[in-house]
Amino acid sequence: MSETATLKIWRGQDKASGHWETHAVPFERGQSVLDGLRWIRVNKDPSLAIRFSCINANACKECMMELDGETVYACTARLEPRDMTVAPLQNKKLVRDLVTEIAPPAERFVGKEK
Amino acid sequence: MTAGSAIPEPLQVETDVLVIGSGAAGMYAAVEAARAGCRVFLIDRSLIGRGGATVMAQMTVAVALGAEAPDHWSYHLHDTLTAGRGLCNEPLSRLLCEEGPTCIQEMDSWGVGWARKNGRITAAFAPGHDRPRCVYVDFLNTGPAVSKTLRTVVHKTPGITRKGDLCVVDLLKIDGEVAGAAAWHAESGAPVVISAKATIVATGGLTRLYRRNSASANMGGDGYALCLRAGAALIDMEFVQFFPIGHLAPRLIGMDPIMWDPFRYKLGGRLLNKNMQDFTGRYGVPEDGKYVITRDVGTYAIIKEVEAGRGSPHGGAYLSFQHVPAEKLREAFGPVIDRLAGNGIDLTRMPVEVAPIAHYHMGGVTADVKMQTEVPGLLVAGEAVGGANGANRLSGNAITEAFVFGRQAGRTAATRAKAMKAVPAEDKAATATVDLIRSAPPKDVPNSAEMLQRLQATMSDDVGPLRTRDKLKRALGTIDELTSALGDRPFGDGGAFDMQRLDWFDLRNMLTVAGAVTQAASLRTESRGAHQREDFPEMLPHWRVNQVIRLRSEKLDITQAPASPVEVAAQ
Repeated sequence: MSETATLKIWRGQDKASGHWETHAVPFERGQSVLDGLRWIRVNKDPSLAIRFSCINANACKECMMELDGETVYACTARLEPRDMTVAPLQNKKLVRDLVTEIAPPAERFVGKEK
Repeated sequence: MTAGSAIPEPLQVETDVLVIGSGAAGMYAAVEAARAGCRVFLIDRSLIGRGGATVMAQMTVAVALGAEAPDHWSYHLHDTLTAGRGLCNEPLSRLLCEEGPTCIQEMDSWGVGWARKNGRITAAFAPGHDRPRCVYVDFLNTGPAVSKTLRTVVHKTPGITRKGDLCVVDLLKIDGEVAGAAAWHAESGAPVVISAKATIVATGGLTRLYRRNSASANMGGDGYALCLRAGAALIDMEFVQFFPIGHLAPRLIGMDPIMWDPFRYKLGGRLLNKNMQDFTGRYGVPEDGKYVITRDVGTYAIIKEVEAGRGSPHGGAYLSFQHVPAEKLREAFGPVIDRLAGNGIDLTRMPVEVAPIAHYHMGGVTADVKMQTEVPGLLVAGEAVGGANGANRLSGNAITEAFVFGRQAGRTAATRAKAMKAVPAEDKAATATVDLIRSAPPKDVPNSAEMLQRLQATMSDDVGPLRTRDKLKRALGTIDELTSALGDRPFGDGGAFDMQRLDWFDLRNMLTVAGAVTQAASLRTESRGAHQREDFPEMLPHWRVNQVIRLRSEKLDITQAPASPVEVAAQ
C-alpha cells in the first residue's frame, strides 16, 4: 500500500482571517516538503501561493516557512508519511498563504520609487 | 473588462536604464551603467540575485587568464568556435574570450574568492578546452559566490535602485523604440509602468521548458518572448544544451543536480550501464580513463543505451566512484560528502544514477557586439543573447558571457541614456498591458500548474536531445492545444501573489518560446551540436545557416541566413 503525507496548510491573505486546509500527498522517500506543495498545486489547487526559485538546490533561500512550528527551507525539509503542519513565517508580514515579505526593505517595491 | 477595485491602479517609475533580471549579467550591467553616471532600475521577477541560472552555477568559469600556465584568448576562441560547429557569431564569441580576463580580474578585486594555488588563480581542465582554463570557487560554490559578490557591489554602487517581485509582462514601444516595460508586481498585484531611456533584457535562458533542468524555476524564456513581441529577432532557437550527467537518483535535495561533473574528471568517476559495464565506446568515444566526452556525445550515448534496454533503474546510467579510496573521496568532495550522506548517498558503497538534463540555451536574441538588438533602446545580456556559442556551448563559457555581455550592455545603455534629454513620456504605450494585468479572469479556468507540467513533459519527451519529424509534429500539436486553453485573459483574481496569474503570464511566454524551439527544430533537417535528428543523423554543409525568427502578424516567421564566416584568430 502506498504511503501518504498529510499536509495541514495555512491559507489566507490576512493573518486574522485565514483557515487551515488539509491535503493528502503521495509520499516517496527522499522527497522534500516543497515537492509536496508543488504536487498540490499541479494536482489539487494551483492557487496555493508559495515562493521558490531554485527547486531543491537550497541556493535561492526563498522557500522559508514554518514546519511544525520551526522555521525551515521547504526545499531541504523532508516530507514524511505523517501529519505535517505548514504555515507562513510568523515574524514576517504576510503576503498570501505561505508567502511572506522576506526581501530586504531596500529590495521591496512599494510604489514610491522615482 | 477589469477586475475593478481588487487590482490596484498602475504605479509609475522613471529611470535612465532599466535592467530586467538580476543574475550575473543583469547585475554586472547595472553596475557598469551606474558607474557611467546613470540612474539604474534593476528588477527581478524573483528576489534580487537569488533566481535565474547564476546562483545555480556551482561549477567553473572559462577564461584565458594564463595565471598558472601560458594561455591566450585566441586559443579560448578557437575552442569556442570548434564547439559551436560552424554556427558561432564570431565577433560575439571573440568579445566573450577577449574580455573575459578583465571581468574575471575585476570579480577577483571585488573579493569573489577564485580558488588559488601558490598565490595564483588556479584553473581546472574541462572537456573541449585545449588546456586547463576554468576558474572556480571551492567547493561547488562558484555561482553562489558570484551572486553574493555582485549583490554586494550593486548595493554599494550609487545610482542603482533594485526591486524584486516585478514580473515584466511586456516591453513598451514608442515610435519604434523600446521605452521601458510594464510589469506585474507579484507582492501586491499592481501593474507598474517603468519608463526608461534604455532597457536591458538579462533574463537568462529557457531551461524551465523542460521537466528536468539545472536552473531556477523562473527561467522560462520570458526575455525571448518579450523581445520577440517588441520586434527583435531570435536566432538558433533549436539549440538547447543538455548536460549528460544530471543527477537522477536516489533523490538528492539541497544540491545542484549537475554537481557530479568536476568530480568525474578529478577522480575518474565511471559511467556504466545496468550491467556495470563501460558503454560510451559503443558510441564512438571510449572513456580510456580520460573522461573528456563532450556534452552532446555523452547525452547521445546515455539515451541510446537506455533505449537499448541497458539503462539504470530510473532510466539513465550509473556513475560510480566505488573504485576511489574513501580518503581520496573526502579530500576531493570536502564538506559535500556530508551533504551527500544526509541524502543517504555513500559513494564508497554505491553508484548514483545520472541522465541528461536541460542545462543551457545557445539560441537567443540577436545582438551586435555592443549588445544592441534590432530595436533601438532594447539591449540584451548574458544567456538571453544568441549566437556566441553556436550549436553547442563550450563548458565554462556561460558565466564568462554573463560578465562580459552584461558589462558591455551596461556601457552601451549608458551611452544611449546620456545622449537622450528626457525619459520618453509613457503616453498610452502601456495601456493594453495594464488592462491585461488588471483584467478579470475568464470563468472555469484550467489548472495553470498542470498546464505548465504538461508543456514541460511535451518538450522533454518530444523536443529533447534526440528529435524526429513525428515527435516534433506531435509537440507542435500540444503547444497549439495549450495555447488555445490559455486564451487571452489571465487566470486568477489578480491579488497579492496570485500564482495562477503568474503561471498565466509565464505560460504566455513559454508557449511562444516552445513554439520557436520546436518550429526551428522541425525545419533543421540535419544533426549539428545540440540539435540531433534521428531521421537526419548527418551534419550537412548546406545547413551552415542560422535560423532567424521574427513575429509577423502574431505568427512566428522563420528565415535562414548563412552563418558568419569564421576566421579563427591566429596567434
